[in-house]
Amino acid sequence: MEISIIALPLIAAIVSGFFGKLIGDRNSEIVTSLLVSISAILSVLVLYEVIVNQYEENIIIAKWINSGSLEVNWSMKIDALSAVMLVVVTLISALVHIYSIGYMSHDPHKPRFMAYLSLFTFAMLMLVTADNFIQLFFGWEGVGLCSYFLIGFWFKKETANAAAIKAFVVNRVGDFGFALGIFLIFYLFGTVNYTEVFDQIPTIIDEKLNFLGIRINAIDLICILLFIGAMGKSAQIFLHTWLPDAMEGPTPVSALIHAATMVTAGVFLVVRCSPIYEYSDLALNIVTIIGMSTAFFAASVALVQTDIKKIIAYSTCSQLGYMFFAAGVGAYNVAMFHLFTHAFFKALLFLGSGSVIHAFKDEQNINNMGGVWRRLPYTYTLMIIGTLALTGFPLLSGFYSKDAIIEFAYLSGTTTGYYAAGIGIFTAFLTSIYSWRLMFKTFHGQYNNKEIKIDETHESPLVMIIPLVILSIGAIFAGFVFKDLFIGYEGVNNFWKESIFFLEPLSADHPPLWFLLLTPTLVILSIPLAYYLFVKNKNLPNQMASINKPLHEFLLNKWYFDEIYDVLIVNPSKKIGLFLWKFFDLKLIDGLGPDGIASMIKKFSFKANKFQSGYIYQYAFIMLLGFSAFLTFLIIRS
Amino acid sequence: MNFPILSSLILLPFIGALFLFFTRSSNDNKITVKYVALFTSLVTFFLSLYLWILFDQTISEFQFVEDRVWIKDLINYKVGVDGISILFIILTTFITPLCIISVNNSIKSRLNEFLIAILIMETFMIGVFCSLDLVVFYLFFEAGLIPMFLIIGIWGGSRRVYSAFKFFLFTLLGSVLMLVAIISIYWITGTTDVTQLYDLGIDVKYQNLLWLAFFSSFAVKTPMWPVHTWLPDAHVEAPTAGSVLLAAILLKMAGYGFIRFSLGLFPSASEVFTPLIYTLSVIAIIFTSLIALMQEDMKKLIAYSSVAHMGFVTLGIFTIQQQGIEGSIIQMISHGLVSAALFLCVGVVYDRMHSRLITTYGGIVTIIPKYAVLFMLFTLAALGLPGTSGFVGEFLILMAAFKDNFLVAVLASLGVIIGAAYMLWLYKRVIFGKLINTELKKMIDLNRSEAFTLTCLAIPTLYFGFYPEPLINTIEVSINDLINKYNYNVASK
Repeated sequence: MEISIIALPLIAAIVSGFFGKLIGDRNSEIVTSLLVSISAILSVLVLYEVIVNQYEENIIIAKWINSGSLEVNWSMKIDALSAVMLVVVTLISALVHIYSIGYMSHDPHKPRFMAYLSLFTFAMLMLVTADNFIQLFFGWEGVGLCSYFLIGFWFKKETANAAAIKAFVVNRVGDFGFALGIFLIFYLFGTVNYTEVFDQIPTIIDEKLNFLGIRINAIDLICILLFIGAMGKSAQIFLHTWLPDAMEGPTPVSALIHAATMVTAGVFLVVRCSPIYEYSDLALNIVTIIGMSTAFFAASVALVQTDIKKIIAYSTCSQLGYMFFAAGVGAYNVAMFHLFTHAFFKALLFLGSGSVIHAFKDEQNINNMGGVWRRLPYTYTLMIIGTLALTGFPLLSGFYSKDAIIEFAYLSGTTTGYYAAGIGIFTAFLTSIYSWRLMFKTFHGQYNNKEIKIDETHESPLVMIIPLVILSIGAIFAGFVFKDLFIGYEGVNNFWKESIFFLEPLSADHPPLWFLLLTPTLVILSIPLAYYLFVKNKNLPNQMASINKPLHEFLLNKWYFDEIYDVLIVNPSKKIGLFLWKFFDLKLIDGLGPDGIASMIKKFSFKANKFQSGYIYQYAFIMLLGFSAFLTFLIIRS
Repeated sequence: MNFPILSSLILLPFIGALFLFFTRSSNDNKITVKYVALFTSLVTFFLSLYLWILFDQTISEFQFVEDRVWIKDLINYKVGVDGISILFIILTTFITPLCIISVNNSIKSRLNEFLIAILIMETFMIGVFCSLDLVVFYLFFEAGLIPMFLIIGIWGGSRRVYSAFKFFLFTLLGSVLMLVAIISIYWITGTTDVTQLYDLGIDVKYQNLLWLAFFSSFAVKTPMWPVHTWLPDAHVEAPTAGSVLLAAILLKMAGYGFIRFSLGLFPSASEVFTPLIYTLSVIAIIFTSLIALMQEDMKKLIAYSSVAHMGFVTLGIFTIQQQGIEGSIIQMISHGLVSAALFLCVGVVYDRMHSRLITTYGGIVTIIPKYAVLFMLFTLAALGLPGTSGFVGEFLILMAAFKDNFLVAVLASLGVIIGAAYMLWLYKRVIFGKLINTELKKMIDLNRSEAFTLTCLAIPTLYFGFYPEPLINTIEVSINDLINKYNYNVASK
């Protein structure tokens, strides 16, 4: 049964990918959606078994790479951690499959799209159920590949192609660190199997390495290298540039891959490796700092963007930052909790925005929307739920998970923890502002679209609305229902068990009451504030922008990361490549090598040619010269 | 085992070639001629598969050994296979029939002679991989140049003569030194029999020079940086089938030579020169990857990527670890499949549009979808995506390199990033994007034989990506033995 969870999406992908033409568009859609849905139901059953019966299993499917001392198997590891991920992945995937039937109804390449979605699901499941780092890497690159396919799905768009390649290559930069991390693990432990590695960790606590001239603790180095991989996949600051561009893909893709599942793989990696990270204070501090920086950076950029999907993309980036700093302060289970709730409300928001884009016939700029909340009642209501959950409005799912992160950061008692808590609160406020800005500009105020009339906007079909409704149920209740299991005192012992490792038990204290009330108060207050700014007094934001023009430009241009990378990395690489080719290969090597020798021989023989003029007197003269030289030589010697 | 299976393998293509030689070539019997060649190469392929089945994976000794006196007391015709060589033989016999199938109307004149050249080449290549006498090895090794030289020089593109001579000059220059080295080995030890030499060992004081002499030949053929510049030119001018043979098989002779002779005969010199190999490999990986990024000619791009891939191979071999050498052999097999396929892919569009320039193309995914799918698969294999054979080799090599030297592994891993960039960029510019060149609309998708050859290459690429056990099991014992002998020799120095 467990293996079929992974196998069904693969079968779906093969059927739809290779026989899509044969069985037709509609059948491809039905087959893929159905198989992935079955997989989702089975996953829920597995999670139920894990919760109720403490079910754990490590299934070996087949051998993969056995070379010398290296042994890698195709495997399926089921514990609390992977069971949670199984449910998140298959559930969201099944809903996105169903939603896509409606969303892609006008697209000529439906079977291909469904095949990619299913293939992605398969790769993601391989990632989360691996029992060793190399299968994890397989899934890791596999989801990257599907992401590449899906971002570039509309292959005629130049921007989509560029974004697809950028996503893959930037991820490869992260994977470069990740692969080095795996090499280091194999170097130190002679195995890449999780349990075998984790068992040996305590034995090398004091081992130091000389890595490229830096003397560093071995465990610190492993954690940092693995985290570089996590940063790439989870779009953390410095390696985040691909995620906003990835919004070129169809919206269901953004919901599935770039919000709920693939981008959380980095968080999953850190949590999975908690037995290593717990021994490295340095790495945990780095994780915290990168996490909180990303949370703040992305939220600040989201404040001024005008593309509805890009705003949500930056929001995702920011929320992933929250998950990382939760892991960084040692609250891995809280990170997983936020991952879990975030999957629901962020997928809801993305699919909701897809519904809006659909209604406006592919308009994405929120300045060209507005005033349609009566025209799109379902979408509007559902997105309100998503927004409330995202901002952490009391009693909705985001409230439980995000506030828990801030609390645990505060309770960790370290300096970085305090900073993280402070930035977490401020970012929560920013989150609320930009989320409501999006909502108000999209649904309220004046109707601003010049392309189509307001009467032409239409609510989405039922096949798109139903998945949204299911997600909204998750967005409302997931936090309340699962909070005890995920982050309660009981859960740590009875649910997560060995899948998450805590060197020291998490603090059971509670922060002071004023601290607990701070975030929700800010979040609630920000709603009328945003309403005032973006509906009532619309000139005020513009005035603020023109007063602080440099700051506004800075945010609008996303802190100029892309431009800096172009100047520092992309263009120099091309120039060096050109130089190596034109100068090194063609001029230097060929010039001195074959071409040089050839031309030298040619010149030489040309010169030698001149001696053979055919005139007897010249030959005689040369002979005379030679003879006299020879004579002179003899005389001098004697 | 009395049936001389290896000699049969060597001779079969030659007999086919002889048969063709006495057939008159005309337009009427073009197809017949092709079928004769195809039939010969297929028989050879199945015979080699049979060899693989008979092959005993559990022992490291040479098997199916045939030893005949050729020149009394001087040279013996001795052949045999072990785990290291058998896969290369199968690669050769597998690629050759695909090559023959791919020969189509692009070879306008002298089809007969072209096929003869391919079959003779197969004979020589099989000979290279199973000869157990240095002189016999040398003869096959050098003779392999001749058909290739002719393929480029006669059936090549506009600058074919320049490329052919460049190819010949480079490769011959290195080989002369190897000949000298082989003669010296005979003077020093009194034999050129590889198995005897393995047992005797060669005195440490001679090893360095001898190693360098062999190296100069292998480095050119690999090709290693900085003697790689003949490869892009040779590929660009060669006809598709020639490029395929060159990339898939010819380049593997040197990698095989490094393992069999450099490591096997001169262990302590290999130890000494490992830093040199590391340096050149890393330079090859990074430099040529960057150069590949900037290529405008599809064939040149793939040629440069071949140099980078072979850089991984040499790196892996000289880690002298189980994972490294196994990775190198898998990488060579994988590169044999993938580069062959990529050159065939270029051939497909070249036959239709007569241009290798990337800018000619773009937006053809809907026009030739089958081609787009297969080309994508090989692009991914070339950039080493897990699940393709390219990943297994590359990852094992880097893993082993990391154990030996952090810096080398880190730098080589950078090549993996650039590799993704140039391959995906190539694919995007050729296949995706808007259709600008309206001529492209007339393109027709893969015909049956093209689809067949590419699928034949796709299957093992994927299969060995998910399940490389058959390869690893075949080579494991022999490599283990090689490494043990190596360590023993280095330690007892």
